[in-house]
Amino acid sequence: MIGVLDYGVGNVSAFLRAFYLNGVPAKAVSCPDDYESVSKLILPGVGAFDSAMEKLNNSGLRNKLDHLVMQENTPLLGVCIGMHMLGRASSEGNLDGLGYISGVTEKLKRKIDNEVMVLPHMGWNEVSIPCDDVIWEGINLKEGFYFLHSYAFLPDQSNSIIGCSVYSESFACAIRSSNVYGFQFHPEKSLSNGIKLLTNFAKI
Amino acid sequence: MLRPRITPCLLLRNSGLVKTKQFTDDKYVGDPINAVKIFNEKSVDELLVIDIDASRLGIDPDYSVIERLANESRMPLCYGGGIKTVRQAERIIQLGVEKVAISSAVLESPLLIRQLSETIGSQSIVGVLDVKKSIFKGYEIYINNGKKKIKGSLIYWIKAFQEYGAGEILINSIDRDGMQNGYDLELVKLTKKFITIPVTFLGGASSLDDIGDLIETFGVAGCAAGSLFVFKGKYRAVLISYPSFIEKYELVLNRISKFKGHF
Repeated sequence: MIGVLDYGVGNVSAFLRAFYLNGVPAKAVSCPDDYESVSKLILPGVGAFDSAMEKLNNSGLRNKLDHLVMQENTPLLGVCIGMHMLGRASSEGNLDGLGYISGVTEKLKRKIDNEVMVLPHMGWNEVSIPCDDVIWEGINLKEGFYFLHSYAFLPDQSNSIIGCSVYSESFACAIRSSNVYGFQFHPEKSLSNGIKLLTNFAKI
Repeated sequence: MLRPRITPCLLLRNSGLVKTKQFTDDKYVGDPINAVKIFNEKSVDELLVIDIDASRLGIDPDYSVIERLANESRMPLCYGGGIKTVRQAERIIQLGVEKVAISSAVLESPLLIRQLSETIGSQSIVGVLDVKKSIFKGYEIYINNGKKKIKGSLIYWIKAFQEYGAGEILINSIDRDGMQNGYDLELVKLTKKFITIPVTFLGGASSLDDIGDLIETFGVAGCAAGSLFVFKGKYRAVLISYPSFIEKYELVLNRISKFKGHF
């Protein structure tokens, strides 16, 4: 059973729907008791970093989440701001991150050479992968995924990067450190590619 | 590389979908949920749904329709219509919508954009400018379905939206709405050098070639269209269509120079 953390931020129902379409059992995790029978977790996120961290910290879900991810090695996937929350901190806010993957989140550059790029980076972009990971099985990397963000995760260790995209600069759009994954793009809104990716996560 | 977005725009009225011409003369085109299902199958880049009655009648957004649309949509969804407060916008985002499009409320009080960015994040705020060309004064901004004129020039409002922290600007040509005579490229050129956030143009598209003209003129932008994706032929028979990934790919390759040799 996949548990989608329901802490008042992000698109819980879109994730549940995507899993439902592929026959993967999934439920919302809104209180600590809901962690029961959950074997993998999704941390969705939209909005601003501090507001999302604050809501998670005050949701009553945080302690058990730390325990499951750090002690029990429960697979966790953070999406968009949820990915940024996996690190130590973000230059978008002042609160501490979850610290599950070593790294920080920084704003994307606005300029390349003489061209000023608009931010947020919004729309469909392709993904290149430095090495094979089962998560990418059956994914059309050229069609890529839907992005909507101005900040990106900078992992301390480059081997945490499992996918890159290029906008004003090359950035990590997918990261992994043992049981913890992060995606910058929105798989829950990336049509068949996104649903396939979520199904792959459910299978790991 | 980031590709231009090709975005069908659907108009909601009394829980059904309609298509207008120059903001009047609406024609019923079908059921919204059914349309979203078809657009899922056609792998649409994103969807824009605008309730054209909510602001005009001063009523709340129809949350139950929005929730059903968001649940059904496997692509990003932007909703507009009747949003006046941070609470309403927050509720819509929580229903699973990626972006909210706001016109009259932010034109009456641009500070609302800043308040919204603190809660739902700047990336989810689309400021809408409905523009009409006047012979002597250039482009003017309207609200309430093109009925009420707002003070301030087009460029003034583009700058204001950007300064207050909008994540995107939707520029909608009232003159071209439903006319299928191509995007207003003069408008596109005029705005280009002032734009520092993502922009989407709406109004006038009748073919993929028109979309090609837009991206050749502007570069990577959102290309939204209503009639193009819901009507077929000169009698405007209702038929939902959308280009395939290959067609979109080739369009970008042929029309934007930096993509040449890229794929």
